[in-house]
Amino acid sequence: MKYMMFVCVDGDPDPDKTDEPDIDEWVATNDAKGRRLQGHVLAPKTSATTVRVRNGQLLISDGPFTETKEVIVGYDLIECADLDEAIEVARTHPMARGGRIEIRPFADFEQ
Amino acid sequence: MTQSSAAAARGVAAGAAADAYPRIVAALIRVTGDWTLAEDSAQDALATALERWPVDGVPDNPGAWLMTVARNRALDTIRRATVERRKLRDVAVLALTAATGEPQPPDEVVDDRLRLIFTCCHPALPLEARVALTLRTICAVPTADIARAFLTSESTMTRRLTRAKAKIADAGIPYAVPEGPALTERLPGVLAVLYLLFTHGYNADGEPAFAAEAIRLARLLAQLMPAQPEASALLALLLLQHSRRAARRDADGNLVTLDKQDRARWDHTAIDEATALLRDLPEDGPYALQARIAACHATAPSPEATDWATIAGSYDRLVRLQPSPVIELNRAVAHGYAFGPAAGLELLAKARAGGALDDYPLALAAEADLTARDGDHERAADLFREAAARTHSESERRALLERAAENA
Repeated sequence: MKYMMFVCVDGDPDPDKTDEPDIDEWVATNDAKGRRLQGHVLAPKTSATTVRVRNGQLLISDGPFTETKEVIVGYDLIECADLDEAIEVARTHPMARGGRIEIRPFADFEQ
Repeated sequence: MTQSSAAAARGVAAGAAADAYPRIVAALIRVTGDWTLAEDSAQDALATALERWPVDGVPDNPGAWLMTVARNRALDTIRRATVERRKLRDVAVLALTAATGEPQPPDEVVDDRLRLIFTCCHPALPLEARVALTLRTICAVPTADIARAFLTSESTMTRRLTRAKAKIADAGIPYAVPEGPALTERLPGVLAVLYLLFTHGYNADGEPAFAAEAIRLARLLAQLMPAQPEASALLALLLLQHSRRAARRDADGNLVTLDKQDRARWDHTAIDEATALLRDLPEDGPYALQARIAACHATAPSPEATDWATIAGSYDRLVRLQPSPVIELNRAVAHGYAFGPAAGLELLAKARAGGALDDYPLALAAEADLTARDGDHERAADLFREAAARTHSESERRALLERAAENA
C-alpha cells in the first residue's frame, strides 16, 4: 500500500535527545529497501500561498490555510505492506521526536 | 426428539456457539478480508444451528458444522455480489473454496482469534471503537446492547463500528499478531481494552454489563499467549474483582464497602482459580501486582485478618512500574494499615505534594481516616467534613459525615 507521510512540527518536541535518529540514514535505509518512493523538505510556511476559486473568482492569500502551530514541513511517500510497517517507518523518522508524523493511505478506488 | 432433549440440544448449541463464534468470524475475516460478511455469515450459521440442532440432533463436531455452514453462507453471498466487484469476488471465492471446513488450518502457527483480538484492539483505532469492535466482532454482543451500556444511541454505535471497520480496510491495519519487540509494545494496549471492557459499560442495575465477556476474552488470551504472564494476570485480576459481585450491594441496592461485605457470598471458585494463576506467574507486571493486592483482600477470612504488609509491598512495586498519584494514595493507605497511621500520613503527604490529588475527595477521606487512627479526632472530623463537602456521591457524603460525627 502507498502511504503519504506528512512530516509536521507541533511546538512540543521530545526533550529526550538520546539516540536521535539521523535523517540521512533514515532516507538511505528506506530508499535502499525501496520503501521510500519520494519525499522532500518544504520551504518555511512564510513562503506558502493559498489559492481558492469561488464563484469563478480567483482568491489568493498569503500563508498556509491552517492557523495552527502544527505545520507541515515535509513529506515522504512510502510503499508498505500494511499500517504496522508504515508506523515502524514513521517511528524511526527523526521528526517523530521533533514533531509528529501523520500517515495517510492513498485512497483505493479498486474496491 | 423429546422436549427435554430439544432443550439440551439448544443448550449444547448455545455453548458450542459461544466457543465457535470467534473462531469462525476470525477465520472468515482472514480468508475474505470482509468483516461484515464474516460476522453476518457466522450469525446466520448460529441461527441455523439453534433452529436445526434441537430437531436433527447435535452434530459430532459442532464447531466444524458451524464453520461449514458459515463458509457456505459467505460463498453464497459473494457469488451473488454485483458484477463491478467481480475481481475481488473471484479472489474471495477461490480462497473460500480452498479453505477447509476446519476453522483453523493445521499449518497456521498463529490462532486466527489472536489476530482478531489484536486487530480489534489496534491503537490506530479510537479507544471507544476498539472496545465496541471487540464486543461486537469477537463476543457477538448486539450493537444495541453495546450502545445502551455506553450510553449512546444504536445509530451512533453502528456508525462507530462501520467507521472502525472502514479504517481497518482503508488504512491497511494488518490482520496479524505483532512479533518480537512490537508484541511487547502492543500487548499492554490489548490488555487495557479488555480491562476497560470489564470496568466500563453498565447495565440498568449499575453493574458491569460485559464482565462475563471480558473474563471470557481474558481467559482466551491467557490460553493463546501462555508466554505472556500479564495475560494470565489480567484474567486473575478480573476473576477477583468479579468474585465480589454478589456481595457488592445491600438489599436496597446501595454499594457495600469491602470491609462490610459478607465474605461467604464471594465467589470462592473464582478466587481459587485466580490465586492458582498468580502462583504460577514467573514475574509480576502491573496487572499481576494489582491482582496480588486483590487476592490479599479476597483470601482474608475477615477485614482484620487482611495481610496489609503484603499489600503495602505490592503497592511499593506497583508505584515503581506505574507511577500515578492514585496508586501513591492507595499505597499510603496500605502502609497506614500495615505499619501504623503515621507511616501512612507520611506517604500521603508525599503523594499530595504538588497538588496532584487536590480535586480527589478520596485523598481527603484517606487523610481523615489516618488522622483519626493517629488519635487527632478533632482534625479528623474537620477533614471528614471537608471530604464530604467535595464528593459528588450522595451515599459517600452520608458515610463521610457519619465518620465526622463519630470523631467530633
